[in-house]
Amino acid sequence: MTEQQIRAVVEQVLARLGQDAPRESTDAPISAGDPLPDISAVDLRRQYLVESPHDQAAFLAMKERTPARIGVGRAGARYRTETMLRFQADHAAAQDAVFSDVPEEFIRQMGWQVYQTSCESREEFLTRPDKGRVFPADTLQKIKASIPAGTQVVLYVADGLSSSAVHANAADILPVIHDGLQAAGLKVSDPFFVKFGRVATEDQIGEACGADVVCVLLGERPGLVTAESMSAYIAYKPTVGMAESRRTVLANIHRGGTPAVEAGAHIVDLIQLMMEKKASGTDLPV
Amino acid sequence: MRLSVTLGGHTYTFREVREVMGKANDVKSGDQLAGVAAETPQERVAARVVLNHLTVKDICEHPAVPYEQDEVTRLILDDLNTRIYNQYKDMTIGALREYILDAPAEQLAVLRRGLSSEVIAAVCKLMSNLDLIYAARKMRVTATCVTTIGEEGTLSARLQPNHPTDDVEGITASTLEGLTFGVGDAVIGLNPVDASTESVKAILNRFAELKAKYEIPTQTCVLAHVTTGMEAVRQGAPCDLIFQSIAGSEKGNAAFGISNAMIAEAKDLMAHEGTSHGPNQLYFETGQGSELSSDAHNGWDQVTMEARCYGFARHFSPFLVNTVVGFIGPEYLYDNRQFIRAGLEDHFMGKLHGLPMGCDCCYTNHMRADQFDNENLAVLLAAAGCNYFMGVPHGDDVMLNYQSTGYHDIAAIRETMRLRPISAFEKWMEKWGFWENGHIGPNAGDASVFL
Repeated sequence: MTEQQIRAVVEQVLARLGQDAPRESTDAPISAGDPLPDISAVDLRRQYLVESPHDQAAFLAMKERTPARIGVGRAGARYRTETMLRFQADHAAAQDAVFSDVPEEFIRQMGWQVYQTSCESREEFLTRPDKGRVFPADTLQKIKASIPAGTQVVLYVADGLSSSAVHANAADILPVIHDGLQAAGLKVSDPFFVKFGRVATEDQIGEACGADVVCVLLGERPGLVTAESMSAYIAYKPTVGMAESRRTVLANIHRGGTPAVEAGAHIVDLIQLMMEKKASGTDLPV
Repeated sequence: MRLSVTLGGHTYTFREVREVMGKANDVKSGDQLAGVAAETPQERVAARVVLNHLTVKDICEHPAVPYEQDEVTRLILDDLNTRIYNQYKDMTIGALREYILDAPAEQLAVLRRGLSSEVIAAVCKLMSNLDLIYAARKMRVTATCVTTIGEEGTLSARLQPNHPTDDVEGITASTLEGLTFGVGDAVIGLNPVDASTESVKAILNRFAELKAKYEIPTQTCVLAHVTTGMEAVRQGAPCDLIFQSIAGSEKGNAAFGISNAMIAEAKDLMAHEGTSHGPNQLYFETGQGSELSSDAHNGWDQVTMEARCYGFARHFSPFLVNTVVGFIGPEYLYDNRQFIRAGLEDHFMGKLHGLPMGCDCCYTNHMRADQFDNENLAVLLAAAGCNYFMGVPHGDDVMLNYQSTGYHDIAAIRETMRLRPISAFEKWMEKWGFWENGHIGPNAGDASVFL
């Protein structure tokens, strides 16, 4: 390249920069138009993107029977842009659920005391399951002190692997369980929140507080279908190191599964049965 | 045996072979969780320098679990060819690495008969990612159930039509669409939700009907526990392959509810009552970290324990073996770098054992990884000559809640890498217009051609 050519290139670049510059300083917003439709709201069971199919109706009748992403067509041997972006949107929602905290504002609204397990960060929570099951001694002492003597059922929420599940379901499910148990004449703790908590936190809490039943509502590992699924793990007199089979589990609590209010009513029944039979998990005849 | 080394002026001394093996591994969150990982990058390299000078004999004589205590160890060591072992036992692990990279495939087929799983794990730790690809690429391993997979120039796929409630019609819909993309030449195989024998039989019957109706040259399987699989066969269900998840120690296998004797029984049953002619009629899945998760690792690292799964597997001459590499979660494989490395390691170690190795390139939503990373691993493994991948609708498994390779990914990797389905399946695809001259055909993606 000659010096002249280089100068020409430099001038071109400078001219382009000059064109761009006013855009930064202008205050007049470019009209964004109405928002594009929400691709994550499309009902995948009805979506069909195969071009010139032999028999669309016959395939759609089969597709009705599965939530799998089929009938999606193709671009060469690759995904169509719409389904690729939907997949990315669902994965982004799942990752948000795992890697973000339950909003502090929500915790305030719920009036929860917050207790943190021995994990100091989300990364530690994800890589050290042992630390997510236990509390520092002083924290455990505080939890114990907060629960009045004679409490029969300890009820709390933990983020687990989905903060979105907590945010989406807690406000609906907690009053149903809490009020339902009180109406049944049981003494229930005020719900609290455990940050970086795994299921087995209920074992340490159960041992420390001496309650009959401990129930933790916890965010499940998200799939792409929903990031808002919550599970209840309920145990009669749980102890550290006990068999997992001693827990009664109610999974799949979310809008598309068992709705929170319905699940809450079911949990009240289960806890009453546990109090009566003095057992939980596979020991509990249901 | 020298377990001490000076590196960059600092002297590192390791107590035993187990410590060297753990610390020589590339970074894995599971090794950190187990407390066996190197503390610093320098210590990791120091361990590799020590490993470089240890011999095949040094490693082979220090199995991860003592011979007397563990039936997996007994099976691995008793299966070795002692003449071949004696020929190589004084070679250092560093020299073995170079030998494997340099030798033609025929020589590796002899060599492997003298290598214990721990030795194969040891050499894996000295391999770079491209080493693992380059060495594995030389080793073609074929296996025959109904059809034969693993031939040069082919890439096969398991069709995985999982469903959250095992609805047979929903499973059929996913199956038919997968077939149009050329997925299913390795196996049509479902992970059931309902593990009852009745449910397993209903799905096996549907798969057999589809195979007969559309004359599909492949094998089918329902991935229930081996005892359920055997019960279904005894009750007359059409079954080409029996499945089981396996671990690298007797204790790990006990956590899966299996033993050597049970797998031997399944193999024998299939030889007499399977609907395939074989001789390869078993399907195994593995994955780094499963031994630690059941406290069955005996203080060893997850690469070595994974290698022992392959030592166990090769005794039973399976048709399919694949690592489900990123399914176990971030406490074992934290991010994209770790699961890509693990996928390459597992494929190499399986192939060096002489197994018809595939890979479920996959990740969960609580790992620091995404579909781009998964595509990367699949392309790397296709370059490494991997026998098969999974094909899941759009990569999203709606039952197991994790992401794997999609139907489209199988088709695109074949085209990109100039690979083909196995020939019987390719001919079947051409008949239906799913494949033409080494490319995807006009009917690909339109499962309504079957209806």
